[in-house]
Amino acid sequence: MRDVAIVAFAQTAHRRRTDELSEVDLLMPVLHEVLGATGLKANEIGFTCSGSADYLAGRAFSFTMALDGVGAHPPISESHVEMDGAWALYEAWVKIQTGEADTALVYSYGKSSPGRVRDVLTRQLDPYYLAPLWPDSVALAALQAQALIDAGATDEGALAAVAARNRTAAAGNPHAQLAGDVPAGDYLVHPLRTGDCPPIGDGAAAVVLAAGDTARALCARPAWIRGIDHRIEAHGLGVRDLTDSPSARLAAERAGAFERPVDTAELHAPFTSQEVVLRQALRLGDDVRVNPSGGALAANPVMAAGLIRLGEAAARIHRGESDRALAHATSGPCLQQNLVAVLEGESAHA
Amino acid sequence: MSDVLSAPLVVEFPFTRSLGPVQSAFLTGLRERTVLGVRTEDGTVLVPPVEYDPVTANEIRDLVEVAPTGTVTTWAWNPAPRRDQPLGTPFAWVLVRLDGAATALLHVLDAPGPDAVRAGMRVRIRWAATRTGAITDIACFEPYDGEPDDSEPAPHTGEFTDPVTGIVTPARLDYVHTPGRAQSAYLTALEDHRMVGERCPACRKVYVPPRGACPTCGVATAEQVEVGPRGTVTTFCIVNIKAKNLDIEVPYVYAHIALDGADLALHGRIAGIPYDQVRMGLRVEPVWAGAGQGSRHPDHYRPTGEPDADYDTYKELV
Ligand SMILES: [Zn+2]
Repeated sequence: MRDVAIVAFAQTAHRRRTDELSEVDLLMPVLHEVLGATGLKANEIGFTCSGSADYLAGRAFSFTMALDGVGAHPPISESHVEMDGAWALYEAWVKIQTGEADTALVYSYGKSSPGRVRDVLTRQLDPYYLAPLWPDSVALAALQAQALIDAGATDEGALAAVAARNRTAAAGNPHAQLAGDVPAGDYLVHPLRTGDCPPIGDGAAAVVLAAGDTARALCARPAWIRGIDHRIEAHGLGVRDLTDSPSARLAAERAGAFERPVDTAELHAPFTSQEVVLRQALRLGDDVRVNPSGGALAANPVMAAGLIRLGEAAARIHRGESDRALAHATSGPCLQQNLVAVLEGESAHA
Repeated sequence: MSDVLSAPLVVEFPFTRSLGPVQSAFLTGLRERTVLGVRTEDGTVLVPPVEYDPVTANEIRDLVEVAPTGTVTTWAWNPAPRRDQPLGTPFAWVLVRLDGAATALLHVLDAPGPDAVRAGMRVRIRWAATRTGAITDIACFEPYDGEPDDSEPAPHTGEFTDPVTGIVTPARLDYVHTPGRAQSAYLTALEDHRMVGERCPACRKVYVPPRGACPTCGVATAEQVEVGPRGTVTTFCIVNIKAKNLDIEVPYVYAHIALDGADLALHGRIAGIPYDQVRMGLRVEPVWAGAGQGSRHPDHYRPTGEPDADYDTYKELV
């Protein structure tokens, strides 16, 4: 295995709407920021991989427009996942492992403002048994939250505390859309109140990956990816135990997360109840700093929020604020798919 | 006034999907008020049924009939139904384990309020008056007093007369599309029958229509440049098949046109010249669709009568 690190990370200020910006306008500042941080030119990048979703834009092949922002002509080595950018990062990591590239630019973006994201996300569900009923993303999360409450794993007060802790942490995050004291609000879908749900917004993020000595040359303290893995569960919600996340646990185990304690965890938990599930599945004790960025409850640009978790964890290592961090991304309803990476600074366990 | 345009964008699609043997039996069964599950190798009954065992991935075809009554395993109260959801009045989303099944089905429950719903409550299917072989043949669940039926589900052949072999699932999503600054400026200029591109600050190329970034340099473009209205045909094809809902006689010529001053060819239809006389290098100009407001694009391009452009002047744009 090659040593691969996240060497740069940038994200937009996430906002409710960005009508004046096309996707490429939204993206270019973060692309330029990560390239600027590493000193790399666009044509020096070995592999480029992105994540986005056509259903958010309502247009087929919407990602091709964004490619103008990376200097795709003359032709570059490029790929795209119709998923959160965390999975694009995974593909880029694999590409570097094959030896076909030493550096990779990974980016993702999502504008939720043009449509109604709760309805849009129903289109990723099973088209035979689920999609014709239009169960929206909040409804599905609420089923999981109620299952947790019935199991005695949490209650509405504890969920409100999760929301408050994340959004208090987000007060220190200049990119956050929602920070500070946010009212619990009315029930959106019982038992979830508006405060238990993420803000709807637009945003983008980018990271640069590099291997070995290239990473050391580009970054004073690279965030080495010591392990990364992703797992999925049955798509039938009624087949799964919604109070647990065996896929997150298995991904964490395969990524080596349980070999030594982590000091920080960036969890992609758009709903407060999902943090409860993930803390338990990932065995995160109270000594672990969870979501110092505020997490997805503070900013949830769909398709970028998972990549941002990897970027936020890496940035803490770059700044020397963490030695060993867990980063998590999710996709699909009720934590159906989960990706876990373990990131370390150079001297974490010399 | 905002310089950025916006417009409603409706995406509608009636997806036609074929059903495998298990989904066909299940959805045909719903049409006949019969709920089928599938038994895995270890004896677990899955409802709704799937064709492959979620644990072993083996093909499973062992159909059984389960009861139209069941138990709520978890729920969520929806105070504000959204368009296309099964009930128009506040309802509960429920996962229901039907009697005889080991797994739960997602659907909705008609109940007076959240206080009337709990995990463990007994419910039964309310069938839709008109059934077509779809998950919506279950109109919803409703509260039910009966005790669970613990009897073993009976084997079922899955055979029905006139089985449903496919479904059409209509979907509609509504957007407000905003094309951003660069394309808004382009569209606004078209109102005055002008074409505006943008010049890359690095390589100086002029892109039209502008997309806000140079695909070679990966930097934002901002400097507006008026191009055309005349241009040169760089390449073309002859269309011989009439498009549905398009009122253009065939054959006609569809061409790439490099407007004067632009470094990227755009495309348009050529008319005002016999189709078999169109050629590379032909000089053309736009003919605007209609007049005045709402005439936001050239209907076609026609020959200007100028001598053909020399190949060297447009070879980089072919
Ligand atoms: Zn350029």
